[in-house]
Amino acid sequence: MVPAGGYLLVSALLFSLGVMGVLLRRSAIVMFMCVEMMLNAVNLSLVAFSRLLGDPTGQVLVFFVMCVAAAEVSVGLALVIALFRNRESIDVDQIRLLRG
Amino acid sequence: MQVVLFGICALLAIVGAVGVITARNPVYSALFLVLNFFSLAGLYLSLEAQFLAVTQVIVYAGAIVVLFLFVIMLLNLRPEDLPRFRLDRTGPLVVLLSLGLLLGVGMGIWSLLGASFPQDPQAQAVGTVESLGRALFGRYLVGFEVVAVLLLVAMIGSVMLAKRRFQ
Repeated sequence: MVPAGGYLLVSALLFSLGVMGVLLRRSAIVMFMCVEMMLNAVNLSLVAFSRLLGDPTGQVLVFFVMCVAAAEVSVGLALVIALFRNRESIDVDQIRLLRG
Repeated sequence: MQVVLFGICALLAIVGAVGVITARNPVYSALFLVLNFFSLAGLYLSLEAQFLAVTQVIVYAGAIVVLFLFVIMLLNLRPEDLPRFRLDRTGPLVVLLSLGLLLGVGMGIWSLLGASFPQDPQAQAVGTVESLGRALFGRYLVGFEVVAVLLLVAMIGSVMLAKRRFQ
């Protein structure tokens, strides 16, 4: 049997890889993918805890996270499209209208 | 059996995550993301969360990645348009920061590392559709309804954003 720590470690590793991706990449689309990865890492630890405690609440929470992720992706990608139409670029370093 | 499934899926999930970060072409990133999502579904299966494993494949690997691929095709980026990595000064700092984060979380879960999952049938049945359905339509019914409204708002918002021309 794999101990619960195995799942939690994989989840922590995936989360830090997601953070690394968000900070290292400049393409808005890949940054969104890394945000999805971070949400998934948290989902994994929620499922592991739900199994550990024998309580379905964690899995219901995962269900809600999935719905929020779907909403976030649809709005975010619409923003990327609107951005590309105006700027002809998805490089987040070139979007600095609000930087004084 | 569970150990083998866990090992393969954990390895593939990490390979997929590294691939998403390192692939230069966003289409390859999206395909690595599919690998990551599928192996997470495998991990859910090894945790006896069958319903969530199926939902993961349908929602993430099905809908969300397809949406990503559609947007990538719609933008039709030329290879010279692709933004480069941010590897100048901030690169090592970012890697260090993520490793620090991993270390912090690792210390947080240190006491749980050896905890084993309960094996009684009641705890194993937590991930079935019946148990989840009872929780979702019982205690969490309000949240469920609110999520439905959230999805409607997101749909309207994304249509508005994609249609409008900003000046």
